[in-house]
Amino acid sequence: MSTLTTTERVFDVKDLNLWYGDNLALKSINFPIHYNEVTAIIGPSGCGKSTFIKTLNLMINMIPGVKMSGEINYRGKNILSDKVDLVELRKNVGMVFQKGNPFPQSIYDNVAYGPRIHGLKKKQELDEIIEKSLIDVALWDEVKDRLNAPAMGLSGGQQQRLCIARALTTKPEVLLMDEPTSALDPISTSKIEELIFELKEKYTIVIVTHNMQQASRVSDKTAFFLMGELIELDDTTKVFSQPYDQRTEDYISGRFG
Amino acid sequence: MEKSVPAKERLIKSKNSRMNGEARGRMLVTASALIMIFATVAITIFLGSKGLQTFTKNGISPIEFITSTKWDPTNAESPLYGAFPFIFGSFAVTFLSALVAAPLGIGGAIFMTEIAPSWGRKVLQPVIELLVGIPSVVYGFIGLSVLVPFIRENVGGLGFSLLTGTIVLSIMILPTVTSIATDAMASLPTALREGSLALGATRWQTIRKVLIPAASPTLLTAVVLGMARAFGEALAVQMVIGNVRTLPSSIIDASATLTTIITLNMGHTTYGSIENNTLWSMGLLLLIMSFAFILVIRYLSARRKI
Repeated sequence: MSTLTTTERVFDVKDLNLWYGDNLALKSINFPIHYNEVTAIIGPSGCGKSTFIKTLNLMINMIPGVKMSGEINYRGKNILSDKVDLVELRKNVGMVFQKGNPFPQSIYDNVAYGPRIHGLKKKQELDEIIEKSLIDVALWDEVKDRLNAPAMGLSGGQQQRLCIARALTTKPEVLLMDEPTSALDPISTSKIEELIFELKEKYTIVIVTHNMQQASRVSDKTAFFLMGELIELDDTTKVFSQPYDQRTEDYISGRFG
Repeated sequence: MEKSVPAKERLIKSKNSRMNGEARGRMLVTASALIMIFATVAITIFLGSKGLQTFTKNGISPIEFITSTKWDPTNAESPLYGAFPFIFGSFAVTFLSALVAAPLGIGGAIFMTEIAPSWGRKVLQPVIELLVGIPSVVYGFIGLSVLVPFIRENVGGLGFSLLTGTIVLSIMILPTVTSIATDAMASLPTALREGSLALGATRWQTIRKVLIPAASPTLLTAVVLGMARAFGEALAVQMVIGNVRTLPSSIIDASATLTTIITLNMGHTTYGSIENNTLWSMGLLLLIMSFAFILVIRYLSARRKI
């Protein structure tokens, strides 16, 4: 594997192993993630890419029977060994899921949820945060007249953008996206991709995707996972033009997976 | 090779035989449905006509029947037919027991689905199923032999009281509330929990601010179904409530409900007499209330968010 540019690392995963019960799902992963880059993770179903992204904010702990060894250093602090403040970690490392998962509440309350649980009560400040986040995801013009309407009434693409807005309200540093467009139509997908382009100015983004065109379009770095192993992690242009590993080439040229 | 039957015949034959089975099955299920509808309509009409006789034939004012607190049907000089104490008693035990059972039931449901899904469900589920299976006479008997003396000695009064009835009913409706509330919580998509936790919410914040509001129509349905059961329960309540004709002035006073008055008096009143008719009117009131409960439940299920 070629050397990576040595900009500062926001995440530095070292020798991470993860078991579901007795089943080793991630094998000795070494994975640096750099500030203000978009890292795409590709690989066939069941290769561990979603598992990996969920370790970064420890959402993986929701699954019973998960064991991990190794280090996941976030800003130099190992979130696996030290007594980690999950609330603080997840405030800083936001997540967007496969399918938009708005709460069955109003649009306003959905976006206000993050700041509210972290103690913000002032209506004026909430209003500002909500407007800004919705503008950031290009949803403001579509919903500004019906902020009190139920979020479940939005289209799939709008729901997903609402969830991205919701994730932005806690002012995260890193945004994890787990196949954010897999349930969306092409137009909504391209809107989300445009959004990722804009967000990368301000956020470090890790995106899991099944869509290799998407990976090549939006990311700076691309990682290829196969059967729980990180096969390749390099600049996206390099991975897609001259991959280091034969298996990567086979996968991106569509020979399997 | 065997000579095959022409396609046309095969098709027609198979269609016929299938249609026969089809028609028979259809008749069977239609008949079941019709019998159920007929039974319900018949009971409603019968209860309606009997229950209204008090007012049409015997000339008792419905307002007096519902609002007057004087119940003295056997007074030869001037019998009084005010059923308000019993209506009040029915509503009092129903709402009070819902007040006790709702937080316990919903709390238990949350414990089973969110806090300890593995062993919580393994232990609590059978306990709840067992509670459902205990006959109401047993609840009443236990209430009578344990709770009545306990209340008499520790709280005051005779022991036969609204409070005792409330406690017995709360335990009886607890399984209904808990099991429906558990289903409501368990059917919430995991994505909701993930969405909230990923924003840095604690488990408790997630339960309180996302899961309970999301499940609230069904949780309310659970409580209303429990109330419907409490409202209609007769035997267990009758054994512990004291069955007096007067309006209770406190929670440790003896009282009576519509159901207990019906069960107590239906045996020794003459069919067709005024007193007997007033019992039917109480039955009609119970039926109207159960329709009201159903309406509330339908309204709530239309409001389900997930």
